[in-house]
Amino acid sequence: MPNHDPIDPRYAPLPGRFAKFIATRRDVRVAVPTAVAACMILALVAGNVLADAYDAARNDLLEQIQRDAADTGGLTGRRGFSPETMAALRRVPRHEFVRKEHLSLAYANRPLPIGYGQTISQPYIVALMTDLLDLSRDQRLLEVGTGSGYQAAVAAEVAGHVYTVEIIGALAGQARDRLKNLGVANVTVRRADGYHGWPRHAPFDAIIVTAAADHIPPPLVRQLRPGGRMVIPVGPRFLTQQLVLIEKAHDGRVTARQLLPVRFVPLTRKP
Amino acid sequence: MTLPLALAVALLSGAVMGYEILLMRFFSVAQWHHFAYMVIGLAMLGFGVSGTFLVFARERLSTRFVPAFATFAGFFGVTVVVATSAAQLVPFNALEVVWDPWQFAYLFVIYLLLAVPFFCAATSIGLTLYVLRSGTAQVYRADLMGAGFGAAVIVAVMFLLPIDRCLAALGGVGLVAAGLALASERRTRRPAALCVVGAVAAMAFLPDEPLMPRLNPYKALGQALTVPGAEIVSEVSGPLGLLTAVRNDEVPLRHAPGLSLNANADIPEQLAVYTDGDAPTAVTRHGEALSSSAYLDWRTAALPYHLVAEPRVLVLGTGGGDEVLMALHHRARSVDAIELNPQMARLVGRDHAEFGGRIFERPLVSLHVGEGRSFAATTDEAYDLIQISLLDPFSAAASGLHALNESTLYTVEAFETFLGRLTPDGMLAVTRWMRLPPRGSLKLAATALAALERTGASRPRDHIAAVRAWNAVTLVVAKKPLTQDRISMARTFANVRSFDLAYLPGIAADETNRFNVIGTPTVYQGIDALAGSGAAEFVESYPFDIAPATDDRPYFFHFFKWRLLPELLKMRTAGGIPFIEWGYVILLATLVQALLASAALILLPLTVLRGGAPSESKGLFWSTAACFGAIGLAFLFIEISFMQRFVLLLGHPLYAVVVILTGFLLFAGLGSGWSAKLRRRMPERAVSWAVAGIVGLALLYLAFLPAVFEVLRPLPEVAKVAVSLALIAPLAFAMGMPFPLALHRLGEASPGLVPWAWGINGCASVVSAVLAALIAIDWGFDAVILAACGLYAVAAIVYGVRLGKAPPIVSRDSGT
Repeated sequence: MPNHDPIDPRYAPLPGRFAKFIATRRDVRVAVPTAVAACMILALVAGNVLADAYDAARNDLLEQIQRDAADTGGLTGRRGFSPETMAALRRVPRHEFVRKEHLSLAYANRPLPIGYGQTISQPYIVALMTDLLDLSRDQRLLEVGTGSGYQAAVAAEVAGHVYTVEIIGALAGQARDRLKNLGVANVTVRRADGYHGWPRHAPFDAIIVTAAADHIPPPLVRQLRPGGRMVIPVGPRFLTQQLVLIEKAHDGRVTARQLLPVRFVPLTRKP
Repeated sequence: MTLPLALAVALLSGAVMGYEILLMRFFSVAQWHHFAYMVIGLAMLGFGVSGTFLVFARERLSTRFVPAFATFAGFFGVTVVVATSAAQLVPFNALEVVWDPWQFAYLFVIYLLLAVPFFCAATSIGLTLYVLRSGTAQVYRADLMGAGFGAAVIVAVMFLLPIDRCLAALGGVGLVAAGLALASERRTRRPAALCVVGAVAAMAFLPDEPLMPRLNPYKALGQALTVPGAEIVSEVSGPLGLLTAVRNDEVPLRHAPGLSLNANADIPEQLAVYTDGDAPTAVTRHGEALSSSAYLDWRTAALPYHLVAEPRVLVLGTGGGDEVLMALHHRARSVDAIELNPQMARLVGRDHAEFGGRIFERPLVSLHVGEGRSFAATTDEAYDLIQISLLDPFSAAASGLHALNESTLYTVEAFETFLGRLTPDGMLAVTRWMRLPPRGSLKLAATALAALERTGASRPRDHIAAVRAWNAVTLVVAKKPLTQDRISMARTFANVRSFDLAYLPGIAADETNRFNVIGTPTVYQGIDALAGSGAAEFVESYPFDIAPATDDRPYFFHFFKWRLLPELLKMRTAGGIPFIEWGYVILLATLVQALLASAALILLPLTVLRGGAPSESKGLFWSTAACFGAIGLAFLFIEISFMQRFVLLLGHPLYAVVVILTGFLLFAGLGSGWSAKLRRRMPERAVSWAVAGIVGLALLYLAFLPAVFEVLRPLPEVAKVAVSLALIAPLAFAMGMPFPLALHRLGEASPGLVPWAWGINGCASVVSAVLAALIAIDWGFDAVILAACGLYAVAAIVYGVRLGKAPPIVSRDSGT
């Protein structure tokens, strides 16, 4: 009896012959599912190992951030970050926000390039900015410059809702997908020019402007609720270390505070 | 030496000089100019490598000298193009150096690639010096004069051709040099013709894309171009920068440094012009009525317009014309606008004049191309307001990437000149980026206070007012003490805009630091201390260098103090790095690397030379090293220092550099040619006489040049150039002599050491350029000149004691 051919070779695509080979050999028919199952188990184990490795790296990172925060507390006014901020950082998987080639650096305390001339901020700075905003679950945050979406994800852990605006379409799309996949529901991403804020959802309790500018957009100041805070990192990509914190008092008076994470030798006063 | 060969040497040497200048442009566009400095400095160690290489290969190459020369010259032509474009592919990002150790590896690969063309050219020239050592003076003359012409020609060509065509042309020149050398021998005429054909083909057919510098995407231009709707509307390249005009109708560009948080006027449509992909300046759309420029009144720089009514204004640093617009908005009676870069003036004054509302064609406005300080020094006009605008980029200032530019605009002497041009009620206003901890703002105040003191102000502190926003500070320096009226007008100006009063005469501490709160030390405390009796101690104890900048130490942007370093490094990941003044650190890093590499390059050949015929070396190693090392260091010390001096006379830094560099090299070339005569006349004392001439003239210039310049300043430009060249001529002529004299002597006494001496000279030149800057920062350019005199003296002594006394060996081949 001729071998019954389950796949018509005329219509078989390129891997067709391989499929035919599998289909015609019983040992292979058994072996392939076994191998697939084995691979899946291995992948699960490896995934767990990786996840564990990420957890370990993340814990190291958090410790380092707390240490730096304690070191620089004198000038930022914070002796260590709040438990809420640290918990948020612990919960958000930064490795989901970096490029594949940077996975090994996902939990290094450094900024990383994400393409389009943009970076994912240094975790220490993300923690500092989040902490400075003093967010609570009933508050709304506007972020100008979504980038990878990491800052939004961290802030979403402590805020009620995060509205984030990104001018580069591809980045906005990636961030939206990423946040959706991670199940972050309280972030809305929009592709737009952030200079004018997001008037429909204004006023905001807090605003983060991550896109560097040579001046602070006055429309954003206007969209800040009295009693609200705005934080702006200053300097070029990769070297952002100085923050400006803008506070709008309940009477509407606006003040800016400039924060340096670095402690300097005290000045000698004039004689 | 035959004429074609001399021309070949000159062409090659000129191409190397051109390449050096072009590379600086290349890296200033692609990265930042400090890295350009470091990369080029280290790549030029290719000169040192050629010396080492020739020590090993001299015999083999000298038997077929002309083909060898042509091969390396041809290699230069090819590698100038190939290595430069290959270096563009290395993913080096200067900003990531802090975080990523791999960046150092990338940097190293770039050094290696770019060293290849330098190595090839230097091998050709070094080989010529070795083979034709009886004619050292002529070879070196061709080398120096070629370099001199090269400097002048490349700058002219850079105005005419884009960067990629300049690079292709340099490749072509290398091939032509190879062709010329081959043409000097009958049997190699056909390959010579091939070389020339290749050169023409290179210039005509090389694609432009891979030869263009790749812009670092994190520079301001790169960032602007990622925004949807951004469009480059024009691009001009020239020796003063690559100017790129960008327009964006979808997402408007908004440039308004120092804008108040309370600003309620919108920023009109703008066109941004970037220099080398950074430092945007805006051409602002506005109507006849100027009502749309109201936002300009919300910047700190508007302060002086609230203190003087309807002023006659001088704007230094026109850029896109915002300051001119600001002056017109505030009803200035007349505006003289000075722009350094003629291409920028053309771009905003002609090409995009329509967009900018033909602002420079208004009857009240006149646009001048020139350098601000020399314009102020020579004009007969008196102004009510001299406004120095803010043209350098904030990101660079914030990250400390801007340190180390010599600037003749921000010195005590310059401020004195500006104050001298003011009407009795007039004032000078300077706007700078506000950085923390404060340093530029304090150095500015210190410089202004020192200038006021020199003009005879009895209480300088009564003449100054300063306001600051979160990122900009404007200092006003009045010729007369500020009246109570003016003081209260400044208060109102600041209060309405939520600007802080950084300083006013008689201000109380609690009036400062209210809106843009900074921790101690506040700017007020600093300026107050600088204006007080304990200013010197304050400057001494301050963690940054805020001593007034002077013409001798024109480093306004240099703030680095050693004691800051450990603290900042400790805080590397938590924010320290941007506060280091990178320029200085990079300069030091360059020096360390250059010294290590030089030591290796100089010591390596010793193993061969020591092992070789002892009769040839005669134990001249250390005297050779000392003599040629000292000459190599001293030559550039003097060249660089006088270049800086003559900028003060000639005004425009680019033209000054071209005139002085070209003049120096041409006259030194002539001196080298003449040195053969001197040698024949007094073989024993030639070097001593040449050195005596150099030291004497240098010291004379050191003492009298500033006074001479004062007398010469009113002369027309052409006359100033002529006088400058006449002043340089005798000094440069003498400086052209010691090297060929000593090398000729070495060729007689120990020919095997000639390539080694060539390599030492190459290494010394690299070290010299870096060392000169480091000495000038701490001790001033006068000290650099004194050091050079000392080094020349060392060279003369070593030569007199050892090298000059070594008996000539009976040479096998010195008559080649």
